[in-house]
Amino acid sequence: MFRYYMQLAVHSLWRHRTMTGLMVLAIGLGIGASMTMLTVLRVMGADPMPGRSGHLYRPYLDPLPADYKGSGLGPDPSINLTWPDAMALLHADKAAQQAAMAGTSLLVTPARAGMRSREEQGRMTTHGFFDLFGLRFVQGAPWSANDDAQAAQVAVLSQSLARRLYGGADPVGRTVRLGEHDFRVVGVIQDWAPRPMFYVDAAAQRFRGADAFFVPLSAGMALDLDVDGNVSSWGSGSGSDPRHSGNESWLQFWVRLDTPAQADAYRRFLHNYAAEQKAAGRFGRPPSRAHLYSLMGWLAARDIVPGDVRLQTLLALAFFGVCLLNIVALLLAKYLRRSAEISVRRALGARRRDIFAQFCAESALIGATGGLLGLAVAGFGLWSVRQRPDDYAHLARMDLPMLLATLAAAIAASVLAGVLPAWRASHVAPALQLKSL
Amino acid sequence: MPVHPMIASLRRHRLTTCLLVLQVAVTCAVVANAAFLIVQRVHRVDVPSGLAESGLSILTLHRLHADPHPLGQYLADVDALRGLAGVQAAALVDGVPLSNGESAYGICAGAEAFQRARAARTMQVPGCAQPAVYSGGPGVVRALGLDLVAGRDFRNDEYVPGKANFALGDADAVIISRALAQRLYPDKPAVGQMLYMGADLHSGHGKRVVGVVAHLQRGMLRKASDYDQAMLVPSEPANGWAVYAVRSRPQDQARVLAAASKLLDARHPDRLGSDRSARTYAQMRADYFSRDTTMIGLLTASALGLLFVTALGIGGLASFWVQQRRRSIGIRRAVGASRNQILRYFMAENLLIVGTGAVLGAGLAVLLNLLLMRHYELPRLPGAYLPLGAVALCVLGQLAVMAPARRAAAVPPVVATRSG
Repeated sequence: MFRYYMQLAVHSLWRHRTMTGLMVLAIGLGIGASMTMLTVLRVMGADPMPGRSGHLYRPYLDPLPADYKGSGLGPDPSINLTWPDAMALLHADKAAQQAAMAGTSLLVTPARAGMRSREEQGRMTTHGFFDLFGLRFVQGAPWSANDDAQAAQVAVLSQSLARRLYGGADPVGRTVRLGEHDFRVVGVIQDWAPRPMFYVDAAAQRFRGADAFFVPLSAGMALDLDVDGNVSSWGSGSGSDPRHSGNESWLQFWVRLDTPAQADAYRRFLHNYAAEQKAAGRFGRPPSRAHLYSLMGWLAARDIVPGDVRLQTLLALAFFGVCLLNIVALLLAKYLRRSAEISVRRALGARRRDIFAQFCAESALIGATGGLLGLAVAGFGLWSVRQRPDDYAHLARMDLPMLLATLAAAIAASVLAGVLPAWRASHVAPALQLKSL
Repeated sequence: MPVHPMIASLRRHRLTTCLLVLQVAVTCAVVANAAFLIVQRVHRVDVPSGLAESGLSILTLHRLHADPHPLGQYLADVDALRGLAGVQAAALVDGVPLSNGESAYGICAGAEAFQRARAARTMQVPGCAQPAVYSGGPGVVRALGLDLVAGRDFRNDEYVPGKANFALGDADAVIISRALAQRLYPDKPAVGQMLYMGADLHSGHGKRVVGVVAHLQRGMLRKASDYDQAMLVPSEPANGWAVYAVRSRPQDQARVLAAASKLLDARHPDRLGSDRSARTYAQMRADYFSRDTTMIGLLTASALGLLFVTALGIGGLASFWVQQRRRSIGIRRAVGASRNQILRYFMAENLLIVGTGAVLGAGLAVLLNLLLMRHYELPRLPGAYLPLGAVALCVLGQLAVMAPARRAAAVPPVVATRSG
């Protein structure tokens, strides 16, 4: 029967070409626009560490004075941690794995003559960083806790940087010049570029770039390396060493907690720490402000999907909704017009549900055709998104799941839109129609 | 034109009519809000920078090896740039408006204003402000093309060397924007007044306002109430990297920009190049607003798409109804209705449907705006958009129904006599 319905559908759609064209156009535009924005949303809301993101957490402490009023011109200083707070969390050692970190940008000067120096993005961090995020070493190993304590000038390079500087040779033990200082290479990790870069500072790009080198945080402090990120200070006078003071926030901190019980314990630890600091007069805000964010929760809190993109998605969905309303009205008019044909079929023995099925098949065919047009519109839409200068733009591509989802959504929406008209059509009283034939 | 028969005949197509009314209402709501958002964004994109933008180019110098005392080099660079053919003016600056970066300082017009700010722990008190601060070397006002409306440009002896790490030198004079002047000195002329930045108040050594410019925009735009509040200090920037402003005639700009970039490369072989190291100001400004222009484009495309689909829907449905009612149109013609009366009937019927939808849509627009205000921090929709949106949709509906209505009017009376 399905083939017969399809034949009827094709015949009927061809008879009313312009009407069909209008409906296909409406569905195509609506689906295309919605799928473009939903793809962008999917890219931006993607899980950067599938399988591990459930165990990674970001502690948040609010060290600001009670009456601190931001000027609205700069970022929120409480997003990053101060040095004393980060060190306290590190030394308390309440998590299975933990790391404190901050970004830095240094000029990498190759030892080989004839190669150009290039500014690379990297990280000052503690030795637990690599285990925390499960990074794989292709050569060498991370630096030790002792290296952290001694502020040793050691470095771990990314595979692409190592290849660029040393070709195929083993760089472990060699010296690399980062900025104004020499560092000894202790390891090389496989290239790692999570999208979005969840662990970076709020000012950094999240969908582009990757860290090329890692050096100990203590060495970074000893050598006074510039921080690439938001450095915010408050209150009066941080003295001569602002970065060690409790009045300047510039660090990020991540921990791994394997069970919900551990997460709860860590949360309580954070609250207790904040309460202690408040009692000591350092923190001004209530200890309940201290919070432990999950990885995805942290991204959501940092507005990983900017308001503009959300608004554009809503607009696309509203557009799709109007297109669907359009389709319902047109289908209703179209199907009820064919009351004579329906009544003949009913007289010949078709049941109500056969009529219903016939018209649903017709809606599905419209949906399928509209879906194909929608794919073309979405392709164009995603191309135009890729022309945008935003850092997420280059990731907006249609992949196979999205392609299939587009077609499925078009057919489903069309069939849904056609349910009411098909139902009304199947309830046409045959006798009345037959009389007027 | 009697409305009752129209409603009676529409009753037979209740569902379709309701769907069409709903569609028109949603379209009206979305288009009204979209139009408002577009106007908002266009205002933002159009803010004046205060500079004479045509013919202005900006070059940056990042070097591989930082010089601890670079100022001499930078000033020599500016002299060399001035010697290039086609260069009308050149100067050293530390930044420009709308560059996506900014130095902001808290300043106060006097000691009591500062006390107020301290007590309230914010700069948002009368007499104090937090403007963007630009510093520049000799010739900066001319090179940037700032429009002085009061006072004078800096004298050559008023320029002081700046300090490392973006610290300002001890300059005595400042030029401020008109908006900043109005904020700091609302009831007196700003020229000749004193203002104090941070440590100045302790030393008692303030800066004197010597000139006011029409506009000087911030480096980054945030709150609309803070727009256009900026000041220029005659402190020659001696930072790790330098920014040069070069003015030429618009027709020479491309050539001058390339020549200037080559000059800097020749003078500094260790210059780090990037695609941002030599740009026209127009390009810089376009880059800054690229998100907004994308949004404007998208909103316009969506609004037009919605109107298009709605017009298609109205036209398509009307066309279908005309086909369905051929017989009854024929009968009306047969009993004496003229072509014009049939045409007017269909136009009026359409106006009734679309009009109802538009009025509902206006109400829906207000609701939608409230929703957007809560979740996306958008401003309130001005009342003027509602009748405009409703009228626009009615006009659209009438245009869409014209062709089907004409076809209805063309139905000959003889159709009434046929039985098919």
